[in-house]
Amino acid sequence: MTDADELRTAVRDFLAEHDPGGDRLEFLRARFDAGLAWVNYPVGLGGRDAPRALQPVVDAEFAAAGAPDNAPSRNGIGLGMAAPTILRFGTDEQRARYLRPLWTGEEVWCQLFSEPGAGSDLAALATRAVRDSDDWIVEGQKVWTSFAHRAQWAILVARSDPDAPKHKGLTYFVCDMTDPNVDVRPLRQITGEAEFNEVFLNGVRIPDSQRLGEVGQGWQVAMGTLMNERVAIGGGSAGRESGMIGVLAEQWRAHPEARTPGAHDRLLRLWVEAEATRLTGQRLRQQLALGTPGPEGSAVKLAFSRLNQEISGFEVELLGEEGLAYDDWTLRRPENVDFTGRGPGYRYLRAKGNSIEGGTSEVLRNVIAERVLGLPPEIRTDKDVPWKELPR
Amino acid sequence: MSADLLYTEVEEDLRAAVRRVLRDRCEIGSVLARCESGEPYDLALWRTLAGELGVAALAVPEESGGSGAGVRELAVVAEELGRAVAPVPFLGTVLATAALQAAEATEPIPGIAAGERVATVAVGLTTAPSAPLPSGVRAEGGKLTGSVTAVVDLEVADLVLVPATGPDGTGLHLVDTADPGVVRNPVTPLDLTRRFGTLELSGASGELIAADAEPVLRRALLTAAGVLAAEQVGLAQHCLDSTVDYVRTRHQFGRAIGSFQAVKHRLADLWSGVSTARATSRAAADALTREEPDGETELSVALAQAYCSDLAVLAAEESLQLHGGIGMTWEHPVHLYLGRAKSAQLTFGTADRHRARIAELAGLPA
Ligand SMILES: Cc1cc2nc3c(=O)[nH]c(=O)nc-3n(C[C@H](O)[C@H](O)[C@H](O)COP(=O)(O)OP(=O)(O)OC[C@H]3O[C@@H](n4cnc5c(N)ncnc54)[C@H](O)[C@@H]3O)c2cc1C
Repeated sequence: MTDADELRTAVRDFLAEHDPGGDRLEFLRARFDAGLAWVNYPVGLGGRDAPRALQPVVDAEFAAAGAPDNAPSRNGIGLGMAAPTILRFGTDEQRARYLRPLWTGEEVWCQLFSEPGAGSDLAALATRAVRDSDDWIVEGQKVWTSFAHRAQWAILVARSDPDAPKHKGLTYFVCDMTDPNVDVRPLRQITGEAEFNEVFLNGVRIPDSQRLGEVGQGWQVAMGTLMNERVAIGGGSAGRESGMIGVLAEQWRAHPEARTPGAHDRLLRLWVEAEATRLTGQRLRQQLALGTPGPEGSAVKLAFSRLNQEISGFEVELLGEEGLAYDDWTLRRPENVDFTGRGPGYRYLRAKGNSIEGGTSEVLRNVIAERVLGLPPEIRTDKDVPWKELPR
Repeated sequence: MSADLLYTEVEEDLRAAVRRVLRDRCEIGSVLARCESGEPYDLALWRTLAGELGVAALAVPEESGGSGAGVRELAVVAEELGRAVAPVPFLGTVLATAALQAAEATEPIPGIAAGERVATVAVGLTTAPSAPLPSGVRAEGGKLTGSVTAVVDLEVADLVLVPATGPDGTGLHLVDTADPGVVRNPVTPLDLTRRFGTLELSGASGELIAADAEPVLRRALLTAAGVLAAEQVGLAQHCLDSTVDYVRTRHQFGRAIGSFQAVKHRLADLWSGVSTARATSRAAADALTREEPDGETELSVALAQAYCSDLAVLAAEESLQLHGGIGMTWEHPVHLYLGRAKSAQLTFGTADRHRARIAELAGLPA
């Protein structure tokens, strides 16, 4: 059993031999090979089978030494979703091929899941994968794909059997995003910028060796991926007044002329909600660290979406004339969502996506009601019908 | 160090023990029947909880006659008592033991801890921890005269801690309710399971236990407000659980009503609210146990109260609504929960007052 002290010693030994100020990539690769990347992963794949709760110990040691990190915010889908899926469902060859450059950030990943006709109902997706000897030919359109324009690889779910009911005819692949038959186009959002893409798969050839899991088991693999998404959304270990509530509190302090009794009441209600939600997230992380993940993640995501929307709407009102202005409508391609760095109008518009991305609030409520509270599932008329006969 | 928001194994064991006793001895039908009897409180149950499980003196250090656990454990007991809307003099005891401890007055604690004597504190039940304290009692030569309204658990109290103003300021006095100068006037309560009344003193004897009542009472109110948040969480959890059970079995339109999304989504939101309330209540109990710097503890308690008191009312109201007509009947216990939740919303200050205090503590001026 590895404990925190052993890990600290391992990091110090490593730092004694590798200069944190030297070549960044060499350093990160060596850190992976030393089993100090994600400590809960197996030996040989960047880890040492240690409890996941000890990861912060390692990260803190490296940060204190001024070592470069693997820029996790630039590869969120890779680290949060692709990696655990590859670890669980991949072959030994696939794990050895993909995990190291994924962790170091040499290869960025994206996720080809959502389609124009399949959002909440992901299992309805229509992108086709047809077997052609040792390959698959993939044809279809994906949407809302973050990072697609910078990604080397994608995790992809496609329909391999249209005659089977919708959950049973799916297969999961790793898709090469540099393939010339993959066409990535920016999807401009209501904020003016394009965080996301539409991806057209025009007869992309994928070798069968890049299939993850069995043919027809794509839904089970995708569910594994989405479970990891929920865990990831639990959020960082931020302090009081971090995030949007901090921005609002600062605006309040800076604008005494804008204060009214009604506004004060709203501010305090939001402050209380934000602090309470922060503590709920903290409690979730403490449960996760013990290895007993609670379902609080869904509660935090619901609350966080509603709060961000209310806070950002209130901020625009509070600012008066300043609230009428917008900072920048040009089509930009940001690296990640910048809630605190941009203007109030941007925050207001971008926060609207919080209750849609990663599962809508309505769908999350269904999940809580059914999986946590054990209430009866939604009535389904589509479960045993061949996919091709479903109305779309 | 950030707060530990989980429950320890010791706390879970304590919870299980309290829950077992309440299941056997505090079934909801008997609570309802007791409400209209001449003995609304179950003092025999209280003696078991205090004497055998030690719930009365959990947060009192061993050297002062307590069990040396902490407010965290006390809060777990409060959750269970809230689930059962148990008619026992818990809140008065929490106030009194916290005050005695802050005053370093150890002598009465063993009797209170054993459940043999019930104690309370003469402050109005709606007083927020930072609000002005009562000034209706004068002290002259050890004799107390005046009155205090809305004193919790007064009917069953053997001892009352009374703030009284004399020539040397406001001190805290220990008064025996058997004293001929003590009159207790009960008020018919909205919350049938928690009683209060007006204390009238005419030359009653008091033993001075703290020369300055203010810091002692503030500490007592802060502790009790934090513990009350846990009681509110337990109450809300019960309302959620019993409602979920009900909507699974009640059928209309050929389906369980719990299969309708309009019902499912309300309960999912309520569950999220209870999860959030639990996190705030744990943070407050943890801060009170670890004795964080004063402002920090006060902020934690104000936050827990601002969140949990409204959430508990919401839970009881949702429970009533989703039970339909049956929820409006006397026989159905949901009104006991609603009465407790609504009264607890005012207890130690409304959410509004706690938010106003947060504004001061967090630097968000009006
Ligand atoms: C900002 C943003 C980022 C995104 N990032 C990604 C990404 O990185 N990768 C990716 O694959 N996808 C991504 N998505 C897509 C996202 O997952 C989908 O938009 C989402 O699942 C909803 O699907 P939809 O847009 O098709 O809406 P629909 O499914 O058509 O829903 C429309 C409305 O109907 C409601 N509804 C649907 N089904 C039910 C039901 N059973 N009960 C009650 N109400 C229901 C919904 O809640 C919603 O209000 C992103 C979306 C946004 C807006």
